Amino acid sequence: MSGAGTLLEVSGISVTFDGFRAINNLSFNIGHAELRAIIGPNGAGKTTFMDIVTGKTKPDEGKVLWGDMSRNLIGMNEAKIARAGIGRKFQRPTVFEDQSVFENLLMAVKNDRNPLKVLFFRPKFKDFAKVEELAAEIGLSDQLERRSGELSHGQKQWLEIGMLLAQDPKLLLVDEPAAGMTLGEREHTTDILKEAAKTRAVVVVEHDMDFVRRLDCKVTVLHEGSVLAEGSLDHVTKNQDVIDVYLGR
Amino acid sequence: MDMFKKNPSLPVFVAVLVIFTLAVTFMSEAYGAGGISTSFVKTLGKTLCLALVAIAMDLVWGYTGILSLGHFAFFGLGGYMIGMWLMYARTKLIVLDSFANAPLPPTASEISDAIGTQIFGVVGSSDFPLVWYFAHSFWAQIALVVLVPGILALVFGWLAFRSRVTGVYLSILTQAMTLALSLYLFQNDSGLRGNNGLSGLQNLPGADGVSQDYISIWFFWASALALLLTYLVAAFIVSGKFGSVIRGIRDDEARVRFLGYSVEGFKLFVFTLTAVIAAIGGALYYPQAGIINPAEIAPIASIYLAVWVAIGGRGRIYGAVIGAAFVSLVSTYFTGGQAPDVNLGFYTIKWVDWWLVLLGLSFVLVTLFAPKGIGGLFDLISGRMSPNRHGVPLGPDKGSLREEEAEK
Repeated sequence: MSGAGTLLEVSGISVTFDGFRAINNLSFNIGHAELRAIIGPNGAGKTTFMDIVTGKTKPDEGKVLWGDMSRNLIGMNEAKIARAGIGRKFQRPTVFEDQSVFENLLMAVKNDRNPLKVLFFRPKFKDFAKVEELAAEIGLSDQLERRSGELSHGQKQWLEIGMLLAQDPKLLLVDEPAAGMTLGEREHTTDILKEAAKTRAVVVVEHDMDFVRRLDCKVTVLHEGSVLAEGSLDHVTKNQDVIDVYLGR
Repeated sequence: MDMFKKNPSLPVFVAVLVIFTLAVTFMSEAYGAGGISTSFVKTLGKTLCLALVAIAMDLVWGYTGILSLGHFAFFGLGGYMIGMWLMYARTKLIVLDSFANAPLPPTASEISDAIGTQIFGVVGSSDFPLVWYFAHSFWAQIALVVLVPGILALVFGWLAFRSRVTGVYLSILTQAMTLALSLYLFQNDSGLRGNNGLSGLQNLPGADGVSQDYISIWFFWASALALLLTYLVAAFIVSGKFGSVIRGIRDDEARVRFLGYSVEGFKLFVFTLTAVIAAIGGALYYPQAGIINPAEIAPIASIYLAVWVAIGGRGRIYGAVIGAAFVSLVSTYFTGGQAPDVNLGFYTIKWVDWWLVLLGLSFVLVTLFAPKGIGGLFDLISGRMSPNRHGVPLGPDKGSLREEEAEK
């Protein structure tokens, strides 16, 4: 189903770690402005899937085609893939704790990444404006000068999401964004992700069913490295296979 | 400007350096009261060069997180490059002098042979090796000061970073490079006079009438200027977004990659630039030391460099300067036989023997109890303390817990 509306097309990828098949002939598509949740039990291959798309892990076989030109991402390094427009948020908030919120965001704002250009880069008005706009969006406007290591866990998660948005990616891969958040923080996170999905593709890996329900989007269920079911949350939760391997436990 | 805002220490450093330079000048034998001996002016000038190479080490280790144990090799190479010209040019003057009374004017090849015999007689040779091809030209050798270490660092760094060698493996690799280089230079047929090294570098060609009193203070000024420029360049590099990115590489390399920065490119840039800075430091140091031999390049020298930066305080430019100046001056004091022996009754502590133990011990103590080094003392004044955030890793199974819940 590789139609004109496909942004990322993953077809027939497999990867084996020391004999363990983490991903088994997995195929997956996502459109240009779509929110998608991926759920699945531990070891279903959710994180490995993200590793493959972002270039961290090389698959044994299969293709990952990207964008309207259908470029193959396999063999490109992480930085190149990131520059092509794929942003990734890790499970644990990984912000640069030694640096201020402003510096974290400025580093992520889309600009030339060439070392020499970066060396002589001095932020212009539009860069300041962009950082402030993002900070407002993630609720950190008052914290710009603070060192990000001082932020609370939830604020770090948002800062990382803010850094993702600053990269202005066409596809966002978000790994367990709600981990360690309070109910209020979760709701805010849902809003940010839904807002982002209006203009770009967002893939959310999540364990928490309530959170997925709140996202109100198409769901892909992974199991043992391949797609078990796909559809609305209500649809997949009625699927007998899904109940057996995941929900019924 | 951003550079000054991010480095409030910059004006202070400039002021201290200027005052220090003036003070030494007015107390030197050449231009002042003569309170400081010429040999001590040389020691101070050399110390400034060591502070300079320590800044390079701080950029590559303290800011970018690459523990290179090879930067003193670049320092030494810089010294060799300038030393070749100094030795050639001065020997040539001596040779021409000796031919002055000859009945027939010497031919070019006679001069060349005589210079060769003078320089390489000590290793049983008289021919100029290929590496001395440009030795007659001051400007060519000045260019080589930058080019030889720069290209070596570029090639070495490209190979190492491209294969994603990091951490302790990279340190071992740089150490191996340093060892290989020094072992090669120890050989007589390396073309650089083997373990004799290059000597007589303190005598500037054509300046026979000028006493070392003056030459020493000129080099002291040049070293101070070079240190100032290096400090400014380093402050400029670390103040902007480039500084953010390299500190990011130090703290979480993978994350920087996913932001779209080519980590390898940045590392290679910093590695090569700091190698060049180190080489310039070496080119100023060895004319003051008067001699360079392969022992200077031995791996231990590069380890010292890391110790200085650690003791001074990593990740702050003035920390590197303080560390290098403090440790090398204290080292001069203890190893120069000036420190009084301590008589314990049953054993007499001779500092010449025990200095290394003391240095090693203080390195361990600083690493354990004051990881910010001497520079950390300034944080006590400015109140820049880091908060205690432990950050428990929340795995997938605990993913829906908050940190305080997960910790129970």
